[in-house]
Amino acid sequence: MTELPPPSAKKLGLVIDLDTCVGCQACATNCKEWNAGGHAAPLPDFQPYSAGAEGVWFNRVHSYEAGEGEAGRTVHFPRSCLHCETPDCVTVCPTGASYKRAEDGIVLVNAEACIGCGLCAWACAYGARELDEDAGVMKKCTLCVDRITNETIPAPQRQPACVIACPVSARHFGDLGDPESDVSKLVAARGGYDLMPEMGYRPVNKYLPPRERPAPNPNPPAEAQPSAAEIRNPLLRWLDRALSR
Amino acid sequence: MNPAPSIVFFTTASGAGYGLLFWLGLLRPLRMAPHAPEFGLLALAVALVLIVAGLASSLLHLGRPERAWRALSQWRSSWLSREGVAAIATFVPAGLFGLGLLTGWDGLAVPAGLLAALGAAATVWCTGMIYASLKPIRQWHHPLVAPGYMVFAGFSGAALLAALGALAGRATVPALLAIGLGLAALVLKRRYWAAIDAKPPRGTPTIESATGLGRIGRTRPLDPPHTEQNWLLREMGFRIARKHRDRLRGLALGGFGGAALLALLALPLGGPLAALLLAAGALLALGGLLVERWLMFAEATHTVTLFYTGEA
Ligand code: SF4
Ligand code: SF4
Ligand code: SF4
Repeated sequence: MTELPPPSAKKLGLVIDLDTCVGCQACATNCKEWNAGGHAAPLPDFQPYSAGAEGVWFNRVHSYEAGEGEAGRTVHFPRSCLHCETPDCVTVCPTGASYKRAEDGIVLVNAEACIGCGLCAWACAYGARELDEDAGVMKKCTLCVDRITNETIPAPQRQPACVIACPVSARHFGDLGDPESDVSKLVAARGGYDLMPEMGYRPVNKYLPPRERPAPNPNPPAEAQPSAAEIRNPLLRWLDRALSR
Repeated sequence: MNPAPSIVFFTTASGAGYGLLFWLGLLRPLRMAPHAPEFGLLALAVALVLIVAGLASSLLHLGRPERAWRALSQWRSSWLSREGVAAIATFVPAGLFGLGLLTGWDGLAVPAGLLAALGAAATVWCTGMIYASLKPIRQWHHPLVAPGYMVFAGFSGAALLAALGALAGRATVPALLAIGLGLAALVLKRRYWAAIDAKPPRGTPTIESATGLGRIGRTRPLDPPHTEQNWLLREMGFRIARKHRDRLRGLALGGFGGAALLALLALPLGGPLAALLLAAGALLALGGLLVERWLMFAEATHTVTLFYTGEA
């Protein structure tokens, strides 16, 4: 059904730390790897070995420059579905293929029912949906629904592929509807925020801003100089004395 | 937004078809269009051909056309679904209208024609709302978009009915409607263009709000996430050069104004000359609308391009 379900207590989503993200593309790559065989498989690639290669990815890592001069920062910025609470990508769907799970808020596409009209991708403000032009149906981030509840893989592995791939732990997965969860506490502590809040889609995923740079020390320590007695080599000790005269 | 030919053609053709159906169903009982059943059947056939051609072309746009029937299920939330339901529902009174005309029984033709007119108006309104309801595309999420679809459908439908009516020697009321609606289309489109050209209001998304990096300062893209194209950029990153835009806008307005002018010239005339002028006017109206519709896509920008280029 493409009417939105009543808000669920459980709101599964990601928290992405823009302070630590190094833009290595590991999350994007592992997302592609897992999902090419997972719930939304296959993920097509066209002309993969020649110029003009393109394909469907659920996660795209941009890099931005923000601010000017000394205050300027380079920020790496992964972009995937935010599993919004009130997204139009669900309500515009004419077939019921695009839906939000009532139990945990994950936004999914039923590839069996999708007609590939593309309207949901027009309605997503964040560019999180890409049409699979091979199968003629819409594809998007599944929040790795086939990992996080998967009893056949070891418990520590029941995390989204992008989260476990991140070498600097810039991605966190959890229940953002529970104020006591680790992710909710992280968001509270670091001032996590919504992307494009003016759109009114109420994203579940949160982004943690780059940390403030520490203010420069007004009394920088004087440069430590080796004393002459510390120089072991006799020749250099003599040179030091000669030059210091 | 990518001006896919199938959608540009669909919305223009089906709009004109529904406009023609609307005016035929409404004006015939009022005796403001030729009353002969043969004429009614001819006009109805033209309307249905345009509608069906448009719908078929929109099916071509789907990734999985064979599943199109599924689109009828979500009318409670989706304007696209409502459009599908309204379009199919309109075929019922339109068919009965044809039956009434065929049998010469006005007791059927009149109410069925009026119902078909209602269905036509509802369908076009749904088409307009599909676009007008999309928040990420500010040029579409505008109060003039859905009324525009109604005016353009009414205009092209009236121009077609005038051209057909002239063959039967009665075109005055449709020609007057075509003049009035042509001018309305002109004014509406000029106001719309002025509105979307103006500086976007405060609260319009920017790269700073899209990334949240505005807290640090002015934000600009440094490295793209991919060096080749993707579907998103092909579908939503379409840009049109300003010089082409201005020329095409002129062409569209010229089509509207030209159609109105030809209808005005045809009014005092009659006979074959009027029919010729009105036929040319209908073609101008449709040509202008094709250009208008192409522009409506080409000029629209999507918030996803904020992430890629910093602009939308
Ligand atoms: S990010 Fe886009 S696709 Fe994901 S829920 Fe929000 S609107 Fe829908
Ligand atoms: S592309 Fe598929 S999921 Fe998206 S709106 Fe159309 S039918 Fe629904
Ligand atoms: S949650 Fe899964 S599908 Fe979504 S971006 Fe991460 S790896 Fe990809």
